[in-house]
Amino acid sequence: MATPTPRRPRLAVWKFASCDGCQLSLLDCEDELLAVAGAVEIAYFLEATRATAPGPYDVSLVEGSITTAHDLRRLKTIRRRSKVLVTIGACATSGGIQALKSMADAGDYVRAVYAHPAFIRTLDTSTPIADHVPVDYELRGCPIDRGQLLHVLTALIQGRQPRLPNYAACVECKRAGVVCVMVAKGEPCLGPVTQAGCGALCPRVGRGCYGCFGPAEGMNTAALAAHLQTSRDHGGAGLDSAETRHRFHLFNANAPGFREEGQRHG
Amino acid sequence: MAEAHGTTRRIAVENLARVEGEGALRVRIRNGELKDVAFTIHEPPRFFEALLRGRPYTDAPDITARICGICPLAYMLGASLAMEDALGVPVSNAMRGLRRLIYCGEWIESHVLHIAMLHAPDFLGYEDSIRMAQDHPDVVETALRLKTLGNRIVEVIGGRAIHPVNLRVGGLYRSPTREEILALRPELDWALEAARGLVAFTATLPMPSVERDYLFVALHTPDHYAVCEGRLVSSAGLDVPVSAFHDHFTEDHQKNSNALVGATRDGQTYHVGPLARYALNFDQLADEAKAAAQAAGLPRVVRNPFQSIIVRAVETLQAVLDARALVEAYEPPDPPCPDITPRAGTGHGCTEAPRGLCHHTYTLDDSGHITHACIVPPTAQNQRSIGEDLRDVVAAHLAEPDERLTWICEQAIRNYDPCISCATHFLRLEVDRG
Repeated sequence: MATPTPRRPRLAVWKFASCDGCQLSLLDCEDELLAVAGAVEIAYFLEATRATAPGPYDVSLVEGSITTAHDLRRLKTIRRRSKVLVTIGACATSGGIQALKSMADAGDYVRAVYAHPAFIRTLDTSTPIADHVPVDYELRGCPIDRGQLLHVLTALIQGRQPRLPNYAACVECKRAGVVCVMVAKGEPCLGPVTQAGCGALCPRVGRGCYGCFGPAEGMNTAALAAHLQTSRDHGGAGLDSAETRHRFHLFNANAPGFREEGQRHG
Repeated sequence: MAEAHGTTRRIAVENLARVEGEGALRVRIRNGELKDVAFTIHEPPRFFEALLRGRPYTDAPDITARICGICPLAYMLGASLAMEDALGVPVSNAMRGLRRLIYCGEWIESHVLHIAMLHAPDFLGYEDSIRMAQDHPDVVETALRLKTLGNRIVEVIGGRAIHPVNLRVGGLYRSPTREEILALRPELDWALEAARGLVAFTATLPMPSVERDYLFVALHTPDHYAVCEGRLVSSAGLDVPVSAFHDHFTEDHQKNSNALVGATRDGQTYHVGPLARYALNFDQLADEAKAAAQAAGLPRVVRNPFQSIIVRAVETLQAVLDARALVEAYEPPDPPCPDITPRAGTGHGCTEAPRGLCHHTYTLDDSGHITHACIVPPTAQNQRSIGEDLRDVVAAHLAEPDERLTWICEQAIRNYDPCISCATHFLRLEVDRG
């Protein structure tokens, strides 16, 4: 990708355990979709086309987490055939909501849903892609932000380095001039420890951030947890320990930082 | 992939494209006679019902939204309705109207995605809509603009198109202003003609002729084309509240499938989705939608599953008409959410996801934490019907070469706009002609 090539870059989109929402974000780039389709060769994107090419691929977008041994083998093959691998969304970058099963007895989970657990083959864990293969770039979010996706694709097509924020959503929110929901209303908000990128969507509707972009660099989750548990009379959010754990253990429950902070409030 | 070894013919489509999720199909043909059709789902399970246990009731809409990125509202609203039922939360008429408006947005987005991007290429012989766009640019560009409108409606009310952030049990975090909602009007005016054009386009598609005798099940209300309220009705005369769902329908766990398979309590296959709604709620369609259906040559009850693409277009027109009326009548719900006191109880919620009925049941403890969750998504309910359609479609096309047979099987599965992530709690086509 570093040097311009005469042919169009070959793009592949892969799915593991996920809701399909992040790859749908690509189809949701309605205004840009036909332009993107013209700038790249869509070599593998099952949600959009039955035509497939075996690779190698210039850019692979990987959605979803690893929950089965079969998927782990499939991932390794994809990595070998891909020059640049970009993980898209909370499932791929942290294990997703289904990582909550790693924190419980997985057998118990199977029995809760299925009448014949013996028919179900699943690992006890839901792990991010980077636990298994090298990842070049990651797009956070549950779901990812369309603008960030287009930014990364454009940069990679043009052979530039994508630039994504690593600061906290709190910064993004302040810049947007949104009234702080934690200060003004005592709403529990993960903005101080969550990576920016969504555009401060939740505080804009008067709701505390629920952390769908995962941990920001250099966050202090312990300080935030202490604030969340401070009584509302003293300017906190008045959460108990279970409520605090539930805040951290949601769509990025298995992300380093969120995982441990949640466990401290077991 | 097709192979021929003397008299043995085997086709295997490892991964079915243009569906949401992962599933498989195996067809076994012996001496030119169809022996067996098995439609199975291999999407890795994510155990939503289990991970909801112990979570507060307030988490259910956001967590269940992650079952499906294409129809998150089916989950957010189904979960909210069930919790409101369990907790005795009153929902104002203004909020009910706003919920129907945001759901119209999801119907438009999901239906148009399916019609133009995922399904129409099957009828016209293209691998995908991007190739189709080279020959039919107007159709694809108009569809993309309609899809943008659907997403826009969800964004204006929900704050985000995929996994909206502004919805909660009881209503919203913030009510959109009247100006924000009225700003949707000009594009909805444009969409009326565009949706009529979409119906007319789908009516020109070459239709395989298959007739099936379905048991249709849908939500029904006399007041409007039912989306997120009503009673459960069927073409066999069932008419019960949504709380009676489990008295009449059941889910089985079958070998080789990660989805549970729906059937009636007495073991019958039933069918949910556009064909069921159209048959059971025809009288609630607006006159313009009825006229468009008639002009497209649709009978009063559609039994050819391939014509579901036309019915989806009619429903898109209906959703545009309903959205226009709801926009005009909009008054911001105030407050955006009533005060809610947790208590123990069981509640049911049911809505019409674009691909069919989606039913939720939750039990809560005294503090409002979830002790039991059961979600019955549309594709699980339709799994048997898909299998039976395939049996008829394969039987009618046994003489076709493998490549054509594979194509039409995929097309038949896509009649259901299957949402396999939802049903799991992919499709691999294998034709064995040994």
